[in-house]
Amino acid sequence: MNGLGLYFDVAHLLAGGLVLVSFMMLYQFRMYALLNFYAVHALVLSASVAWQALIQGAPHLYVTAGIALVFKALIIPVALHRIVQRLGIHRTIETVVGIGPTMLAGMGLVALSIGVMLPVTGSADILAREDLAFALAVILLGLLMMVSRHNAVSQVVGFMSLENGLVLAATGAKGMPLVVEISVAFSVLIAFIVIGIFLFRIRERFDTVDVQALDSFRGERR
Amino acid sequence: MSHEELGLWLVRAVLLVPALSACLLALIPGYRLSARLNMLASLATLAAAAALFRVRPTPGAFLIVDDVNVVFIVLNTFVGFTTSVFSASYIAHELEVGRLTPVSLRFYHAMYQALMAAMNLALVANNVGLMWVAVEIATLTTVLMVGIYRTHAALEAAWKYFILGSVGIGLALFGTIIVYMASRSVVGEGLDAMAWTVLVRHAPAFDPALLNLAFVFLLLGYGTKVGLAPLHAWLPDAHAEGPTPISAVLSGLLLNVALFALLRFRMVMAGNAEALAPGPLMVTMGLSSLLFAGFMLYRRHDIKRLFAYSSIEHMGIITFAFGMGGPLANFAGLLHMTMHSLTKSAIFFAVGHVAQAKGTQRLSEIRGLTVSHPVLGWALLLGVFAIAGMPPLGVFMSEFLVVSSTFARQPLLAIPLVAGLLLAFGALLWQAVGIAFGEPQGESRPVHASTVPLWAHLALVLMAGVYVPGPIVRWFQHVAALLG
Repeated sequence: MNGLGLYFDVAHLLAGGLVLVSFMMLYQFRMYALLNFYAVHALVLSASVAWQALIQGAPHLYVTAGIALVFKALIIPVALHRIVQRLGIHRTIETVVGIGPTMLAGMGLVALSIGVMLPVTGSADILAREDLAFALAVILLGLLMMVSRHNAVSQVVGFMSLENGLVLAATGAKGMPLVVEISVAFSVLIAFIVIGIFLFRIRERFDTVDVQALDSFRGERR
Repeated sequence: MSHEELGLWLVRAVLLVPALSACLLALIPGYRLSARLNMLASLATLAAAAALFRVRPTPGAFLIVDDVNVVFIVLNTFVGFTTSVFSASYIAHELEVGRLTPVSLRFYHAMYQALMAAMNLALVANNVGLMWVAVEIATLTTVLMVGIYRTHAALEAAWKYFILGSVGIGLALFGTIIVYMASRSVVGEGLDAMAWTVLVRHAPAFDPALLNLAFVFLLLGYGTKVGLAPLHAWLPDAHAEGPTPISAVLSGLLLNVALFALLRFRMVMAGNAEALAPGPLMVTMGLSSLLFAGFMLYRRHDIKRLFAYSSIEHMGIITFAFGMGGPLANFAGLLHMTMHSLTKSAIFFAVGHVAQAKGTQRLSEIRGLTVSHPVLGWALLLGVFAIAGMPPLGVFMSEFLVVSSTFARQPLLAIPLVAGLLLAFGALLWQAVGIAFGEPQGESRPVHASTVPLWAHLALVLMAGVYVPGPIVRWFQHVAALLG
């Protein structure tokens, strides 16, 4: 079982690395740093998916890994860099609560996801179950990032890290039909286009991409 | 052509007619022509959908038409067609006052058909992954349409809808992956493990713990799209700030599609004896939506927001009914869903023209409509009576069935249910009286309203309240029994 042990350890290392990078994204103050960490996030995801492709003997997963590498780790961060530059929002990121409480909440979420997933997935194969626990942690951390930031670009980054967690889960589930992996990658593309349009429009009309500024105006007072 | 082949072509038509028209409409300038084409395409889709009642193909790996979803497809395409008729007269006015440009109209028509195609795909998909993709496309197209006016408020609404909708959809995908994990160990790897038909057949053998976990994610995910109470924040904004035909389609159709997805998974859950019963969760969320929306209805100042909250209320009632389960409650839920779709879209047709006539959506500036615009005013009043649940209209019938089936099985649950219904009833009537009667206020412009779709919907609702044809009753009973 020596070989399986190695497979196992590397898969864990990569999935755990993804959770770690998610944490690192939580405490970034600067927009550029956040985008760089998102690129690292996508890179680790790509490695993790490629490793799954190798050990599952599923060559189609290499496509997913390639999409993660080229599209998520290169094109999107570069494009976002340029948007941030053009909009002049590269200064600090506004957070709703302090970094300390956010990190504590993040730790709680990771504990929660491991506590929930491991007992429940007892019957599933051991590789998949730990992957799923890590994936859930990444998803929850992405959600946390979305709610703890005001700025539209960092919310989008949070959403994309959430999508990375979904890809991790989908590739961990052995033999899942290709339909899903492509759809996830594709949805990121569409989502990105939508977001691009949004950012553009918001910039066109107002001088901020701060979601809180949008919140200050409503159709009605509550 | 054989029966089978014909059925296959009909399913393809339901998907391809709107999808191809979306491409075509994106290319055509000139709103008159594209509005007509939009209607024509919707009518053709409706015809194909209606024919599926008679002829249908055997379920394949990706597409399925069965007794359950054919009801949803026909309702979907019918309201899609009537809304396209309403939309033609609505957008003519929007173009006149300059709120929409010819370019954004092209975009609007293309997105309208893309949305119809995505919703139909979600309904006929026999693969949980494919269905998820379709719901996601439907969400993205509506996000784009909600933001089409590009005002401050519209952008905020679209952004909020996009973020909350994406999170919901992300959670739903996670739930879908866990369902696959559960079915893989029984069915084996590959496409089969994600097909509805296979999932339902093998549900008793699935690992109950995995199914429980999956259902929680699916309920939160698709529940966000249904607009159930703690997850509803996007719904009022999206309804209020987008073009009114989109509010009608969102309320009348897209919420149903998300609920349909939930119902399919509920059937899988119900098939497994050891898994958590999905009913109590759905009942709780339904009731909380109903009560929450009932209170919120009193404090609205915007006419479209008012009816958006009323949609939350009614989705709550429908989810409650399906959560109760059993043939009678399911029948009531199905009937209520149909009635709500017809009534709510009729109300939005009226509201769209009212907002155009008054130049505002603020309730305080809309007064005495029956005096200033008799046709629209009375139609809106009738619609509000219908949605509030006044006898003898159809919504009363279905609400009565929900209440009576609850009293028969869980009398304690009937108390909050009736309280919520009365709360909403009072709020809607109070608001409606203010809108319809009194001294007309503010500006009042003439509108070229086409009230045909409006009256057609209201006539159907009235008819359903007085007499539902036997075949329809039998069909709904049959579907209710299938839903378990």
